[in-house]
Order: sequence, then C-alpha cells, then structure tokens
Amino acid sequence: MKYLADVVTLSLDSGKCVGCGLCTEVCPHGVFAVADKKAFITDKDACMECGACMLNCAPGAITVHKGVGCAAAIIKSLIYGGEPSCDCAGDNDTKSCC
Amino acid sequence: MKLKLIEKPPAGNIGKPVQLCACGSIASSGRPVVIPKWAIGTYETVIGPVLSVSTALSRLDIWEHFKCRTTSFRNHYTVQPGLYAVGSPDNNSDVLVSANYKYSFDCLRSEISGMNVWLLVLDTKGINVWCAAGKGTFGTAELIRRIGSVKLNSVIAHKRVIVPQLGAPGICAYQVTKATGFRVLFGPIAAKDLRSYIDAGYKASMAMRTMPFTCTDRLVLTPMEINPAMKKYPWFALVVLVFFGLHPSGILFKEAVLGGMPFLLMGLLAVMSGALLTPLLLPLFPFRSFALKGWITGLAMVAAATFFIPGFRTPDTLLSAVTWLFFPAASSYLALQFTGSTTFTGMTGVNKELRISIPLSMTVCAVTVVLLALYKINHWGSP
Repeated sequence: MKYLADVVTLSLDSGKCVGCGLCTEVCPHGVFAVADKKAFITDKDACMECGACMLNCAPGAITVHKGVGCAAAIIKSLIYGGEPSCDCAGDNDTKSCC
Repeated sequence: MKLKLIEKPPAGNIGKPVQLCACGSIASSGRPVVIPKWAIGTYETVIGPVLSVSTALSRLDIWEHFKCRTTSFRNHYTVQPGLYAVGSPDNNSDVLVSANYKYSFDCLRSEISGMNVWLLVLDTKGINVWCAAGKGTFGTAELIRRIGSVKLNSVIAHKRVIVPQLGAPGICAYQVTKATGFRVLFGPIAAKDLRSYIDAGYKASMAMRTMPFTCTDRLVLTPMEINPAMKKYPWFALVVLVFFGLHPSGILFKEAVLGGMPFLLMGLLAVMSGALLTPLLLPLFPFRSFALKGWITGLAMVAAATFFIPGFRTPDTLLSAVTWLFFPAASSYLALQFTGSTTFTGMTGVNKELRISIPLSMTVCAVTVVLLALYKINHWGSP
C-alpha cells in the first residue's frame, strides 16, 4: 500500500553519501538500496517521512521533512498551533492516541 | 550471575514490596518495589539483583492486551524502565532495547523463550516503540542515559545493544556510540524475527525490515477508531432528536424518535463505514486518498441502506438531500482519522488531503444546516 503520489519530501545527496547502507537498514518501507557504494532511492512514494534515515545518516546526505502522517494531529496543530504531534509521549496531561 | 527463583508459593513474594538493587533493574531510587506477576524471580548480577522475566504470557496479560486494543486502558499500561534478565544471561549475552509500554514489553518477552538475553527498557512514558521514537522519547538521549544508569558496561563485556528497527526514528546510532562506546544494531521490526536475526550474525532479511499492514493488522486497530467516534455519537443523537422533536409548542417525543430514526441509523452506518469498512478495504480502492476512500464507502452505504432498508428511508426531499450529502462526508472524515493508525502515511500527504478535505467538509456542514433550516420552515409552515 502506498500513500499519495509525488508529495514526499525525501531527498538524497549522492555527493555526500558514503555508502554505509544504514538507510537501507532503518527504512521500514525499503525506500533505499545501495549500489557501487552509493545509496539511491528506489521508491520515493513509499516513504512515510518518519525521519529514521535522516537521523542516522552520519554524513547528512538525506533530508526529509519529518512528521506524523496523522490527520487528527495535523488538525489539532491547525487549531492550537505548534508542530503536529500525537502527544504520544505524554509530556503533557492530554490523552495519548497511539 | 545466577537465577534466584522466588520462593514457593509465588504469592508469598509476588505482589509484595521487596528491596532490589538500587542501581540495576527497577529500584533506582532505592525504594522497595512490588514484584510484578510476570517476573519469575530475581537474578543476581554484578550490579545487584534484577528481575528475571517470564517469557510466557498469562491469561491476565492477554486480557490486558485486549483492553489496550479497545479502551483507554493502554494510556496507563507500563513497566518500570531498567534492566531485566531473560533466561540466564551472562556478560556475553545480547541486550535487547525496548519501550516501557507493557504491551510492547510483553510482545518482546513472549517471542524470546529459551534465549538468554538482557532487556533494557527505556522510559517512553508508556508508549510503544514506534510512536515514542517518532516523538523522540524512545530516543538517543534516553538510551544514553539508561545505558549509564543501569551500568551496562559493568554487566556485559561486549559493546553492542540491539534496538528494534522501528526505534530508528528516535535513535541516532552514531551519537549513542560516541557518547557510550556501545554500538547500536538495528534489529528486525518484529520480535518474532529476533532469533533468526541473531543466528544470522545480526543480519535481517528485507522481509524482516519492511513493515506489513495486513487485513488483520488493520482490523485490530479499528476498535480504537470506532470507540472515539461512538463517544461523540450521543451528542449527534441528541442534536438529531432535538431537531426532529422541536415544534413551536415544544419538544415532541414521538416526532423526535420517528423523524430522527433514519438519521440515527445513518449516523451509525457512517461510523461503521469510515472507521471499520474503509480501513478493512483500504488496498481495494483504485486511488490513494483516504478522504476519497471514506467518501465512496460512505456513499455506497447510504445507497445500500436507502434502497434496501425501509427504516433508513425518508420521504422528504430536503432530508434525503441531507442524507446523501452529510453521511458520506462524515464517513470520509472518519476515514481520514485512520491515517494516524497506518504504517505508511506521511505528513506531507495528509496535509495535502486536509487542505482539500477541510474546506469541503465545512461546506457540506454549512449546506446541511441550511437544508435542515429550510426543512424545518417548510414543516412548520404545513401543519
């Protein structure tokens, strides 16, 4: 299953990539592959923008606008402001949602 | 290091406060703690006793898991963060990192029977690994802190910890290594694959690394879509009953029930359509927008109900228009909420959907109000 086409903010700078392959390990949707010591994006639409690859890319070759793909969280942020978040972490007293 | 089984009968110790090591497993404050029912004893380590964890789930555990799937019970279902032993681990045994949501912890321990490993439970405020990683509580800072607080480098001789792959949005492996000397190995997504992952020399196959979203996966998530919707349903019902019962002479009970019934039933159908049917049928739609999937399902439900079940039918044209307009839109809105439960929707996409869907929903609501007002004016005008 895939979500909307051509909206994903993921990008990879091959120049900075050192081919460590960690992005292929952390991605839950198999978006990356490595060939000739360089990572490349195989299926951009499969990306869910969780940000695992960006956080674990030591040379900083990967950028993505990380966030929660959750309508309730985004609606809440539209009403109350702030970054969309499901408040899963319980850092306030609101009910967690996931 | 050796396992010290709790004296029989277990009830003699389990459930009562005991003093455990101040730096190891669970009593970092030095306070006596209650040994939980899922522990089979204490386990001696160089840093003092830690809890030894059972790998079998009890009936109580399974009942609690059911409540997690259906109610807000899950909001307060935790284990104490810290170090735990499974089997008879030694200083060369693997360390599996997990979250302190008891359901996550249970999924992990139930899949590692017969293994000798350490469990390092992070404080994720009772939230599962993936959600907590997204928020950063299952995170680099917490892992670094926890490795230090349980004195992991004294307990084990090697320098590796296995973090579930879904923890990666919160854990920056190279920063953990830089701060603690421990290497982070990202294990498979599912705990059931841990054994093969370790046996293969800490290598996960592509299948172990990709997140499935099967029909069953979706089905177990739906109660927590239906529940919140049904909590709002009494308000919807109240508005419907007041609307239909409202007369110049006051509120008429008979009119309220008779006139309101088709709408009350349609409301239930919209919940079932948006929160149950759409999630289940998710891959069958030829398009990807959740709002559209929910709308089509809602429309189909309204059509089926109107044509086949007399109780859903309303003779009035205005009310009929409201039915066809409002209830598919409600189903669409509920289906959009499911984006928060899926394993594959991203923020940019949901944002795009909302930019189109919110103005449309608002328009539908406004038109509904106008149509209902017209109906009421007509109705009162013709006694």
